[in-house]
Amino acid sequence: MNRVPLGQKVLKENDRIAGELRERFAEHEILCLNLVSSPGAGKTSLLERTLESCAPGDRVAVLTGDIQTDNDAVRLARFGFPVKQITTGGTCHLEARMIEKALADWRLQDIDLLLVENVGNLVCPSSYDLGEAAKVVILSVTEGEDKPLKYPAMFFRSELLVLNKIDLLPHVPFDVARARAYANQVHPGIEIIELSSLTGEGMPKWRDWLDSRRKSHHNSLATT
Amino acid sequence: MHELSIATLVLDAVNAQANLRPGMRVSRIGMRLGDLSGVDADALTFCFEALVKETELANAALEIERRPQRNTCPRCETEFTVVNYESACPACGESSTRSVSGDELELAFVELEEP
Repeated sequence: MNRVPLGQKVLKENDRIAGELRERFAEHEILCLNLVSSPGAGKTSLLERTLESCAPGDRVAVLTGDIQTDNDAVRLARFGFPVKQITTGGTCHLEARMIEKALADWRLQDIDLLLVENVGNLVCPSSYDLGEAAKVVILSVTEGEDKPLKYPAMFFRSELLVLNKIDLLPHVPFDVARARAYANQVHPGIEIIELSSLTGEGMPKWRDWLDSRRKSHHNSLATT
Repeated sequence: MHELSIATLVLDAVNAQANLRPGMRVSRIGMRLGDLSGVDADALTFCFEALVKETELANAALEIERRPQRNTCPRCETEFTVVNYESACPACGESSTRSVSGDELELAFVELEEP
């Protein structure tokens, strides 16, 4: 019997491409964010609100992933910013090579903020690095407040938790304090923003977070 | 449910090792799977067994070593296993500790033997 020790990462090819993307994003000073959530938590609505709040000259672009249809890209394209649909054709998550391919005919020098909307799924996307600076997880108050405990890997890897649909809080039994405690249990110190994409409540905090995150990203690029 | 694509990548890597050693047969495949890897061990085993059926790897055993989340304390440098997501340092109570392992998704080893 002959044992060959390997210690080789299963996703090393994905990690390699993600590493290349991260270098390209750094070169062009792009802040790339990977938005993740379960289906229906409001990723696309948050993006609509975000694009709506951008000035015409803002250099923002969106890649939106779904298993089928280009419905989300159609919803997002009407704001006039570059939007591209990635249709995975059955795959339950985005992979780095899909991002690489989608970006092939875009001029990265024209982009400051790249928002990637992952496939709605709180499990699989957590394993795949897309070269992003940070993951943002979106949890809506129509879901269970214990989602952070049920899907710890995703909440552990996300820098920011957006608690969405807070306009519905009077009508649902969602316990915000408990959700915050669970998220902090899995990821101590995780940043949390409560908002409603429908009413716009909390949107200024999200905008502020995006602005300060871009500044801190640039500062970290300048020092490395 | 991305375990099928993970299992496919693992088998590609195992076959690459087997091809380096003609005449040997893979008898055991070792993986390390962290609790934070986002991969389910049962689903991975199921996919693995479905993929190797009637191939040269049909008799290879898959051994999965589960790795718990381990954190280290920046204040007293204690390293500890995180149980039930309780990430405060058990020695000094520091609440903000840093994860050092638990996200492994690795092919640890292959064992080959003469047929």
